[in-house]
Amino acid sequence: MDPVAAKFIGAGLASLGMGLAAIGVGTIFGNFLSGALRNPSAADGQFPRAFIGAALAEGLGIFAFVVALVLLFVV
Amino acid sequence: MAAGGGIDPIHQFHIAPIVELKPFGIDLSFTNTSLWMVIVLAVVSAIMVYGSSQRSVVPGRLQSLAEMAYEFVAATMTGVMGKDGLKFFPFVFSLFMFVLASNLLGLLPGSFTVTSQIIVTAALAVLVISIVVIYGIVKHGTHFFGLFVPSGVPGWLLPFMVLIEAVSFLSRPVSLSLRLFGNMLAGHIALKVFGGFVVVLLGSGAVFNYAIAPLPLLLAVALTALEVLVAVLQAYVFAILTCVYLNDALHPGH
Repeated sequence: MDPVAAKFIGAGLASLGMGLAAIGVGTIFGNFLSGALRNPSAADGQFPRAFIGAALAEGLGIFAFVVALVLLFVV
Repeated sequence: MAAGGGIDPIHQFHIAPIVELKPFGIDLSFTNTSLWMVIVLAVVSAIMVYGSSQRSVVPGRLQSLAEMAYEFVAATMTGVMGKDGLKFFPFVFSLFMFVLASNLLGLLPGSFTVTSQIIVTAALAVLVISIVVIYGIVKHGTHFFGLFVPSGVPGWLLPFMVLIEAVSFLSRPVSLSLRLFGNMLAGHIALKVFGGFVVVLLGSGAVFNYAIAPLPLLLAVALTALEVLVAVLQAYVFAILTCVYLNDALHPGH
């Protein structure tokens, strides 16, 4: 395969990881919201925890994004 | 910025020296990154100094801005670390204000985003982790390494758990720096790409392209609003993760 084509295909495949990380972030906030609607008085106390989880899940998507960028612009 | 017919979305992150300074072969040039770090520092200092100089009972705009920032970070820190975590308040507050101001100032057209340089975010993350490790070892000695040994794990599983905990601890500076860097980089590239669509459509000369040119412009406006949210959110995430890591140094026992 042409190396340049393989580079772009690899970057495209790496960007799939960002979509999968979006599922993770959506799951966290969806569950946080359904829990918060059941018990709104406890929601404010758990808000930072939801953000920590979302940040950790999002970080993995960012790794995939960085891999795609490295493939596109550095390699 | 148009290079070879297209718009180069990476060019905005180019570091250009303003004052060349190379004593003894070491590159110490004053670059646009340095300039914007100085601007960020000046803005944060100005807000905090003028905000806290009035000391009126009914705060004005600047004073309530400074007070809100103070109370927000203090509430976050006590929420994660408890009261004794407030001894790290100057450190976490400086980090939060620096990251917040550089993210927000980076959104100004024509400005430079300091936090979109991985060396800046990596330096901040290494600073955080160094403080965690040094404080943990000085304060708790070898008890600090109990962080890697979760309690209530069966003996045969323990070596694997220690390995996993160690790898997760070592990946913290990487993920802490890459998260901020990646978010800022991705947002600014997306803005540039949508801005580039407008230029390309208007430059093409076809009437239909003129008609649809406002669409990417509207999307760029919406993306800018999203980027303001991301800028504040990432500063918050950086500060709260710093608190979580410092909490491990303060209370290492599981």
